[in-house]
Amino acid sequence: MTLGVSESQSPEGDLPADHLAETAEAKQIEGRSLGQIAWARLRKDKIAIISAIVILLIIAVAIFAPLIVKLNGFPPDQFNRLDADGNPLLNTRDGGIPIGGLWGSGTSSEHWLGVEPQNGRDVFSRLVYGTRVSLLVALGGTVIAVILGTVIGMVSGYFGGWVDTLLSRLMDIMLSFPTLLFIMALTPVIAERGQDLFGIPDDNKLRLGVLMFVLGFFGWAYLARIVRGQTLSLREREFVEAARSLGASPAYVIFRQILPNLLPTLLVYTTLLIPNYITAEAALSFLGVGIKEPTASWGRMIADASDWIESNPLYLFFPGMALFITVLAFNLLGDSVRDALDPRAGRS
Amino acid sequence: MGRYVIRRLLQTVVILVVISAITFFLFWATPANPALLICGKNCNTETVAQVNATYGFDDPLIVQYGTYMQGLVSPGGRTIGSEGSERECAWPCFGESYQNGIPVWDSIADSFPATLWLAVGAAVLWLFFGVMLGLVAALRRGKLIDKLSVGIALFGVSFPTLVFGYLLLYLFIVKLQWLPFPDTANAALFTVGPVPWLQFYILPWMTLALVYAALYTRLTRANMIDTMNEDYIRTARAKGLDERTVVFKHGLRSALTPIVTIFGLDLGGLLGGAVITEQIFSITGLGKFAIDSVLSNDLPAIMGVVLFAAIFVVVANIVVDVLYAIIDPRVRLS
Repeated sequence: MTLGVSESQSPEGDLPADHLAETAEAKQIEGRSLGQIAWARLRKDKIAIISAIVILLIIAVAIFAPLIVKLNGFPPDQFNRLDADGNPLLNTRDGGIPIGGLWGSGTSSEHWLGVEPQNGRDVFSRLVYGTRVSLLVALGGTVIAVILGTVIGMVSGYFGGWVDTLLSRLMDIMLSFPTLLFIMALTPVIAERGQDLFGIPDDNKLRLGVLMFVLGFFGWAYLARIVRGQTLSLREREFVEAARSLGASPAYVIFRQILPNLLPTLLVYTTLLIPNYITAEAALSFLGVGIKEPTASWGRMIADASDWIESNPLYLFFPGMALFITVLAFNLLGDSVRDALDPRAGRS
Repeated sequence: MGRYVIRRLLQTVVILVVISAITFFLFWATPANPALLICGKNCNTETVAQVNATYGFDDPLIVQYGTYMQGLVSPGGRTIGSEGSERECAWPCFGESYQNGIPVWDSIADSFPATLWLAVGAAVLWLFFGVMLGLVAALRRGKLIDKLSVGIALFGVSFPTLVFGYLLLYLFIVKLQWLPFPDTANAALFTVGPVPWLQFYILPWMTLALVYAALYTRLTRANMIDTMNEDYIRTARAKGLDERTVVFKHGLRSALTPIVTIFGLDLGGLLGGAVITEQIFSITGLGKFAIDSVLSNDLPAIMGVVLFAAIFVVVANIVVDVLYAIIDPRVRLS
């Protein structure tokens, strides 16, 4: 079974889905794989398409952040004091709140989303760069969690015996950790440890890596349990038995026979894990244990903006909305993917 | 049954020991000298040696772990400090804060009530709204109310606590001014009375409850739809039972079984501290204590609060397992 994604994305992709289906049916009635059915369902799902477009846009913003910021002309770390005409941007006598703009946020044709109180850094530029941090940490953490969960779950389910007992206990223990609390407590410790042991300076590059690692490390156990359960039942299926009787090695059976059958589960889990990790990164940076100044991160921006909630609510609104829209788009897409891959749903 | 409970309890003890060991070694196996953290700027060779002797940092890590666990296990607690300046640390002894010398257990005990109120109040909210919305949606499947509930649930799941909390704070406290700014004094129900207490907690409850309410709505809806398609529901209807009995006595009861499990785990997790919500609304609960300890690098405090939270998660796990067996007659304990 393949997911059939690559075939459907061929240059013919701009033909209407019905057209493809008609020609296929005209030739002969052929069985369609779950992947093909799911793909056809997804393309009819308006919510899925809209959220996919939003996600692609967000990814594009993250990739082209330097270009986008060049358009606006204010690097994210630059302290802006004066506008183009030489008028002050910040009211220094009043604690440094922005002058003018919508609701005292300092929005203008130069600073589209206003400027930060006190420092005068451009909110739009920081928001754009914050996208990078969010996506990078979330994707990195997800990749680590999914790889660990898949491999450990498959090994545990396939080999059984003491290996299974050991790994299952490990999963129990990992699931018993108060995760957020642990991640919160460990991130600064590991970042410091990296500095002490390997002489890597505790800067935000290291912090990015530590965040990915910690999120992934505490996130695999749940997936491993699901994968283990599915592997247990797949192991008894005839095609696995056939492969084994032909002399296939365990590695071959696990990766070539069992793994492809797990792909739908993994796909659904991945799309739902990413928004979780985006939220987690924002939460950690908000609490002051994730990404630090001067690197822009949405969580950090929300923490800063919370001090100005009375005088400048828009400063809080922008990163909050960015976070909300991103998480919503990923959740909506994840839901659609799950529905599309659900074999119990009526086949269309 | 008794046997099963005992076996689960033993397993729990093992898991707790493993967690305590992992936590201890992760936090304490630091090449940076913890003594430097304690004496701070006044460090010289002499003070470092003194601090090392006081806190036992000269001992091998495994001995330090043993000493630490002794304070948690032995009913008499343990003694802290070197000869001459010894003091008793009563059970359960989680050590003393590096920052201010206050026994960690006292701080945990002080901040726990706030977290308890927060978690329990939110749980009541999310259980009520989650199950009700899910039930109504399942019974009116495909109707407007179903679509509305599913939409609200999806929105709720995607609303990060961080964003929703500040949205409520801005709307009700800053803009509409219906509620006063959070004042930690109002967290104590018995000294300030119910009205300020409710005003203090209502927004945190809503903030914390939103995500869970959304998850429970989806779960209840899905379970209820599955259950109502079962044969025994048809049988119940065929017997001529009225719809109310069918829905509540036959349907809801079995649809709620998995929710009991998840509810126990969620509540157990939250009793260890709802960090974000506590931070937004300045609630001095366990979560706030935890993040303050992390930011000030206060190892004994971090260790204490992590272990305390782990106990809740682990205990919630076994309570749920046992409850599940009681509710669902199909589960046989062996």
